[in-house]
Amino acid sequence: MSAPKTLYDKIWDNHIVSINDDGTTILYIDRHLVHEVTSPQAFEGLRMSGRKVRRPEFTLATADHNVPTMDRDKGIADPDSKLQVETLERNASENNITYLPMSDKRQGIVHIVGPEQGFTQPGMTIVCGDSHTSTHGAFGALAWGIGTSEVEHTLATQTLIQTKAKNMCIKITGEVVDGVTAKDIILAIIKKIGTAGGTGYVIEYTGDVIKNLSMEGRMTVCNMSIEAGARAGLISPDEKTWEYLKGRPLAPSGEEFETAIKYWQSLATDEGAQYDEIVEIKADEIIPQVTWGTSPEDVVSIDGYVPDPKNASSDEKKRSIERALDYMGLEPNTPINEIEVNKVFIGSCTNGRIEDLRAVSKIAKGRKVEKNVHAMIVPGSGLVKEQAEKEGLDKIFIEAGFDWRDPGCSMCLAMNADKLKPQERCASTSNRNFEGRQGRGGRTHLMSPQMAAAAAIKGKLTDFRDL
Amino acid sequence: MEKFNKLTGNAIPLRITNVDTDMIIPKQFLKTIKRTGLGEYLFFELKFDQDGNKIDSFALNQDQYNGASILIAGKNFGCGSSREHAPWSIADYGIKCIIAPSYADIFYNNCFKNGILPIILDEETVAKLQDTAENTLNFNIDLEKQNITYLENNEQKEITFEIDPVKKKCLIEGLDDIGLTLNKSSSISDFENNQAKETPWLYGSKII
Repeated sequence: MSAPKTLYDKIWDNHIVSINDDGTTILYIDRHLVHEVTSPQAFEGLRMSGRKVRRPEFTLATADHNVPTMDRDKGIADPDSKLQVETLERNASENNITYLPMSDKRQGIVHIVGPEQGFTQPGMTIVCGDSHTSTHGAFGALAWGIGTSEVEHTLATQTLIQTKAKNMCIKITGEVVDGVTAKDIILAIIKKIGTAGGTGYVIEYTGDVIKNLSMEGRMTVCNMSIEAGARAGLISPDEKTWEYLKGRPLAPSGEEFETAIKYWQSLATDEGAQYDEIVEIKADEIIPQVTWGTSPEDVVSIDGYVPDPKNASSDEKKRSIERALDYMGLEPNTPINEIEVNKVFIGSCTNGRIEDLRAVSKIAKGRKVEKNVHAMIVPGSGLVKEQAEKEGLDKIFIEAGFDWRDPGCSMCLAMNADKLKPQERCASTSNRNFEGRQGRGGRTHLMSPQMAAAAAIKGKLTDFRDL
Repeated sequence: MEKFNKLTGNAIPLRITNVDTDMIIPKQFLKTIKRTGLGEYLFFELKFDQDGNKIDSFALNQDQYNGASILIAGKNFGCGSSREHAPWSIADYGIKCIIAPSYADIFYNNCFKNGILPIILDEETVAKLQDTAENTLNFNIDLEKQNITYLENNEQKEITFEIDPVKKKCLIEGLDDIGLTLNKSSSISDFENNQAKETPWLYGSKII
């Protein structure tokens, strides 16, 4: 009998093509997602070296970063954005890669489209030139973000040269407090281990709290593994996973689906398997979380205060808090729930799924967005948009004064026209609060969809449970 | 890929921790379809204020660091997105070596694909080197010998560093790893044939 293995060990071992003389591994890549920003130079590289895409049928492309979220029938106004999207279209067509154009209702953020189409499945290796590829780990797939050179390597060889990471287990124990979401859990994790805490590791999230999350919630947790420094985060697949996959266009069906389930069940971490690091977090201690600063580890509970650099543990930490406070325009010791916002962004690969929009609709129903606030809701894909409209959520949003848009990455990274102006302050369900992330000089506070919706109603950060 | 062996140049001290890839190359410059030409946008929003005026206090704007080929930065350098535009802009600016206490994984990996040597040293040594960089014109980096040498107060100093031997070889030889992997095409085909038997649904005919 072989030594007990973790979920990560098993997926890794199942994908070894060969081990190079230098000890690195050629790892097979089952699926490759491609978007317009990180791929043009990779296709150009292939053209220049006369190489072909080895497995176009394992590759799926869509444009998400640059697409407008309104007036789509007018096309893309910015000439550079337009060229980048057209370049992807041409590259996909020349290489026989399936491409979902802006006009297709299945278009959306790659990390929402993959799961929706059943492209993402347990036990797979999945890559994309995008750090939030970790999202797909929610299905028990080993999924991670790569640079453009590796996009080219994957296109040409359907493999990557890799060195194995270490195993980290993050166990969430106890029971979640009412109103605490997957977003609060992952923000609490990042607060605890820091943005470099997961560097060099693949994280497996375990414990009943994780098991009890919906697939959407699991995707939110795995999505922000990269903000904790880990290239990949994953969750053992179970009944919820099969239930989600059943009937998806690219998922196996009939007898093959049953065979696949047997294989997927065998992937769970064996009893007695060793992790290099184990972190335990008590769910009971988590209440709704928000960020105050310019790093995803600058997390505080909604009933907390803006930190005081005077209390910093080191000079370096003090400098970094001062820099963040200066950028964010915040005074030390300000109660978090007194921070006023004038923008709200609900969407992104972190929180742009149907469950997120349903949660927002519950807060929005019968209420009004505060008059000084512009609040936009950007569904993660055309299918999310369609589903929301089928359920009448769009009417609730519009009635409450939210701006209901077309799908894309939008103001998560502000590559399209949706961006913050200098000094605008935004309650955002996205994943990064870096300086300038949502627009130059813009100030981002990360939080759950419920909390962002409540901020829109109140015009300031607030515990949505008190509404 | 571009080779790296030895380098002599002055160094820019960048005393910020958690420098993210949005800082290195802001998103408005990601719309290019080329790898080149990004150097002038490196650290754009730290170099220029919102009205386009130079921020004099930022090291890259100071004359003494003109033509620098080394960057000495704080820990967790390059965190955030996977954008290879970050190392492209650094290399295009002329920086071929970064010294920091730690790096984010994807960025670290991307450096080696672009002929950039990311050296890891402890925090104290990095902080000292940042001070030294303010007065020292030339640092010599020798990847083969794994050392950094420089003159300080007429005294020859040497700092050694560790690096993964595989990554070292890649930089020194400037290997084309796609070409090398393609030499293993038959192993890849064998893997696929075997996988198609074990997990046939991965090779189904479904299309969208």
